[in-house]
Amino acid sequence: MNKITKVFEELLKKNQKAFIPYLTAGDPDIETTEKILELYASNGADIIEIGVPFSDPMADGPVIQAAMERALKNSISLKKILNLVSNFKKKYSTPIILMGYLNPFFSYGFEKFAKDAKASGVDGILSVDLPPEEATPFYKALKNQEIISIFLATPVTNQKRLHAIQKFAEGFIYMVSVAGVTGERKNLDEGLIEKIQEVKKTIRLPVALGFGISSPEMIQKYYSHLDGFIVGSALINRMENDLKNQSPFEELKTFFLSLAKVCH
Amino acid sequence: MKYKNIPDQNGYFGDFGGCFVSETLMPAIEELKETFVKMRKDKKFQNELKSYLKNYVGRPTPLYFAEKLSKKFQFKLYLKREDLCHTGAHKINNALAQVLLAKKMGKTRVIAETGAGQHGVATATAASLLGLKCRVYMGTEDMRRQSLNVFRMQLLGTEVIGIDSGSKTLKDAINEAFRDWVTHVKDTHYVLGTAFGAHPYPYMVREFMSVIGTEAYKQIKKAEKRLPDAVIACVGGGSNAIGIFSSFIKDKKVRLIGVEAGGKGIESGLHAARFAGGRVGVFQGTKSYLLQDENGQALTTHSVSAGLDYASVGPEHSFLREIKRASYSYATDEEALNGFSTLAKEEGIIPALESSHAVGYLISHAEEFKNQLIILNLSGRGDKDVIQVKEIMENMQ
Ligand SMILES: Cc1ncc(COP(=O)(O)O)c(C=O)c1O
Repeated sequence: MNKITKVFEELLKKNQKAFIPYLTAGDPDIETTEKILELYASNGADIIEIGVPFSDPMADGPVIQAAMERALKNSISLKKILNLVSNFKKKYSTPIILMGYLNPFFSYGFEKFAKDAKASGVDGILSVDLPPEEATPFYKALKNQEIISIFLATPVTNQKRLHAIQKFAEGFIYMVSVAGVTGERKNLDEGLIEKIQEVKKTIRLPVALGFGISSPEMIQKYYSHLDGFIVGSALINRMENDLKNQSPFEELKTFFLSLAKVCH
Repeated sequence: MKYKNIPDQNGYFGDFGGCFVSETLMPAIEELKETFVKMRKDKKFQNELKSYLKNYVGRPTPLYFAEKLSKKFQFKLYLKREDLCHTGAHKINNALAQVLLAKKMGKTRVIAETGAGQHGVATATAASLLGLKCRVYMGTEDMRRQSLNVFRMQLLGTEVIGIDSGSKTLKDAINEAFRDWVTHVKDTHYVLGTAFGAHPYPYMVREFMSVIGTEAYKQIKKAEKRLPDAVIACVGGGSNAIGIFSSFIKDKKVRLIGVEAGGKGIESGLHAARFAGGRVGVFQGTKSYLLQDENGQALTTHSVSAGLDYASVGPEHSFLREIKRASYSYATDEEALNGFSTLAKEEGIIPALESSHAVGYLISHAEEFKNQLIILNLSGRGDKDVIQVKEIMENMQ
């Protein structure tokens, strides 16, 4: 069984939810990313999602766009990210998901990437611009190395789409909370709960909610309907404040702990 | 591999094309695909579109024999006068058809990206004609060099949003249009302006642009009683080129030549010649040639013309090149400017800087085309470019 599935099963036994924080690799530099990964792993992250910067992040809002731009300015690359994961995994067993856009993976070569990713300890991949219809070549390469492929479902995903997603999805379903890009929101999509129920009925996988989550209260509101929560932009905003104030990630840590607490 | 007129069901032309978008857009993409396939065969839709193309756009556009230029360079050159379309470029053929399609899908709002501003103006025009709300995304660098078109869009009642991220040009405007689309996917149609992006766009845009080729084919046969030796067109995303190529692909003796933006030369790295300097990648919805670094990040491009200043190229062009049915070359900024002023002086036609690349290429290679019969797709007129060209000329002095 893969490590991500195991995390969800163990949390279910304890009646807890998976807390899945996100960060953009190399934002603003590798050293900072190393520090934040440690902060996440030692303060209650169940799984960590690492964003792979891309020059044209079409599904991301301003906060993650800017994070990716900063990282690319310091010439982050997939190779350096795999190295980062490999170092992290020497100390921590927290499962790692890489989330990004297809072209950097495609450019690396699917087979070669899957092999190197396995060697560095990557557990799962989510490529935002890879719908199931296009997934086969990358999916197979990852499968050969026992790395799982994660797929999105959204408020506008219909039954036909859910059946297409079901064919490839492993680990959990990444439920996008709003029709839109990443970024903190005050409110999530109105029909969200019904949609989550529809997803759960169709696909037998845990469902984690992401995009737009901005507070512990929001997690509380949807708590009983889900198996996990993914938080990205809201954390990056705190990290940026800390960098600006030259504080050793105090605001980030306080906020992080408040999110971890409601999940567990 | 053999040329097939229609992409496979996943939108592939050979190894190129496909549909690489986030899940949020998939239902809208599927709805678009279904509506397009239905409307292709719908008499009422086709008649309505035909009527607008004739009475509103001014089709058919003339195929004009450029006598003076032909004499000067010893070839026989015909210009397909897309510059005479309403709004001044071929872009209206596609924009009008897509806005009409949006209306059939019950959408109340359209969005578009624009580089040179021509597609933005065309979409704004169609939206005003058919009564839909319209918003256009445009890089701030392009807004600066095509300021006239920004004002035209505003006059037409369209909201123009400047994009300050990345290279501040066409690709960044496309990113932002996609972001708008995922956010308003229920009531909005994205009128993509070239034969690029996720399936069905490259196929659909080609179909809407193929009117150029259909007319030119008949016109040259009537005028010369034979097919041309070569058809030449500039290639940004590739819509005007695929539009005119599409009718001649089956006639293997007709050379098809696409001209990309060579900028300041390939060695300088400041260009948008995807075939000369790129490799295959997946970008903004499709698999095609892409200017990218060794890590798969899209490179910033350069061209004097905003409409050709783009990192990737329509997948059907990659396919036509792969099977060697079409060839692709480039013209530098300098050659394009030469084409621009030569056509103005010799024929009294001021071409768009995009189209000037095709003209400039032909002039630079005149020897190769000696005594040949050529059709050049004059995709647009250059009114939008005169201020920019004036600045360039003043700086050169
Ligand atoms: C006049 C004109 N020609 C050509 C182009 C390039 O686009 P395409 O390659 O899709 O024809 C543009 C784009 O803005 C344009 O305005």
